[in-house]
Amino acid sequence: MQPRTALATAPVLLLTEPMIEIDGLTKIYGQHTVVDRLSFSCGAGEVLGFLGPNGAGKSTTMKMLTGFVTPNAGSASVCGHSIGDDALEARKHLGYLPEGAPCYPEMTPRTFLDFIADIRGLAGEGRKSRLAEVTEQLHLGPVLDQSIDTLSKGFKRRVGLAQAILHDPDVLILDEPTDGLDPNQKHEVRELIRSMSADKLIVISTHILEEVEAVCSRAIIIASGRILADDTPAKLAATSRYHNAVRVTLEDEAGFDAVRAAIERLPSVATTESDRSRLTVTAIARPGGNDVGPLRDISTLVADGNWNVASLQLEGGRLDEVFRQITTSTAYLGSEA
Amino acid sequence: MSIVAALFRRELRSYFATPVAYVFIVIFLVLMGTFTFYLGGFYERGQADLSAFFNYHPWLYLFLVPAIAMRLWAEERKTGSVELLMTLPVTAWQAVLGKYLAAWAFTGIALALTFPVWVTVNYLGSPDNGAILAAYVGSFLMAGGFLAIGSCLSATTKNQVIAFVLTVVACFGFLLAGFPLVLDIFSAWAPQVIVDGIASLSFLTHFSNISKGVIDLRDLVYFSLVIAVFLYANTIVLQWKQAD
Repeated sequence: MQPRTALATAPVLLLTEPMIEIDGLTKIYGQHTVVDRLSFSCGAGEVLGFLGPNGAGKSTTMKMLTGFVTPNAGSASVCGHSIGDDALEARKHLGYLPEGAPCYPEMTPRTFLDFIADIRGLAGEGRKSRLAEVTEQLHLGPVLDQSIDTLSKGFKRRVGLAQAILHDPDVLILDEPTDGLDPNQKHEVRELIRSMSADKLIVISTHILEEVEAVCSRAIIIASGRILADDTPAKLAATSRYHNAVRVTLEDEAGFDAVRAAIERLPSVATTESDRSRLTVTAIARPGGNDVGPLRDISTLVADGNWNVASLQLEGGRLDEVFRQITTSTAYLGSEA
Repeated sequence: MSIVAALFRRELRSYFATPVAYVFIVIFLVLMGTFTFYLGGFYERGQADLSAFFNYHPWLYLFLVPAIAMRLWAEERKTGSVELLMTLPVTAWQAVLGKYLAAWAFTGIALALTFPVWVTVNYLGSPDNGAILAAYVGSFLMAGGFLAIGSCLSATTKNQVIAFVLTVVACFGFLLAGFPLVLDIFSAWAPQVIVDGIASLSFLTHFSNISKGVIDLRDLVYFSLVIAVFLYANTIVLQWKQAD
């Protein structure tokens, strides 16, 4: 039931009131422009992935959005409250996990969350149930009374996350939320983000691309403080040269060259990449071809010829390749110009 | 107000969660005792008062209070927890005040634990307990003044050692503002009004009045003003430097 209502309300909210509005945000450190006239807005129901190489300005943008760093120019608002003039109100709507999840090491998760609950003004039954809920969601039960200093990196990160979501904020800003977590914990945090995303705006920064594909409904790629791409992860991936590519894996090396030559001759195939040690041939689709690319032609070939094919895979596109392409070419040309 | 109270509780508890509190209190009490009985010649003086005790407070505070104050903001900035704190719905004033009051309360606890000296003097003779109480109040206010200076300087750096050294120097200047050591720097070129003004800033002069048991409104106002001015400066420094 819940996802349906979320789908129904999210676009409406998006049209009427963006939860985060950023306009011309700029930060200059010395001679170096870290964030350069950044503008975008986003609303409830979105999970916005902030992507970029290290030093691209992701964290600085988040710090400005939470009011920790004062921008040199431009403005930002959270739920209609300016982070400049109305910072306190804006922060009440915000949950924030700073980079590296800083904490008070001498406290225990229990006393730390109690402190956050005090500051957030939680009281009575609501406070108790929220504390219990968050402890449960982030599996903090076993370490509640251990000092944060002695916890593993994964637990520290989860204490930071618990702190950010404790007051059930409208806008959640998470700077590298899964950094330092093991694959199971990463999966759990992503599940958590997805489960909370229906009525909130969640902004995460990351350089883990699979994370963007796993949780984000929108991806903004920035480098040198400028937005280079802003789209859904699927559409971004579709700009990859691997979009609609077909990977053929053979059972043995016999006929490897013949198969590669036959695929290369297909009109729907632009070029092939082969890896003899893994027995794979990847057929890259010719741009402007049909929706499925060379898949149909290759499967006909496989059915007709007597190739010893182990598997046939259609690729949606590789986000990491798109990321590399966008951030290495445009960004650095742009910054030199 | 409840936010300041929450910050106060967290900060004060954090002193006792680490060995800092216990080390500080033990050293404070040992030094107080040593100074009073050996350097101050408490017994030899043969008088039923605590001036042997209170006379050394400014000098002990000169080194011990900066040790408390240095961690207030420098540590938060070093560990990055200042980013967490200052992005909560907390104003700079609330943050500065909550942390400052916790540190002040902590020195208050240490000071209160010197009560055996008071018990001793009452056992040996019949001192003027009103004067002793006044001196305690003065000592507490002076500690508050040192702490406010230290808190402000602690916000200027990420390095606790730098915060400590800066605070000791600044406190030393304030302590001796009425003495030639400091005044000579100014008397050569500054007009008499300014030299007099600086002389009147001396912690030592204001404290010696109170420690004799004379609570003058001017001395109270003086310490309150020092605290207010430095805490205000602290909020400005904090907002200016927090993200560096």
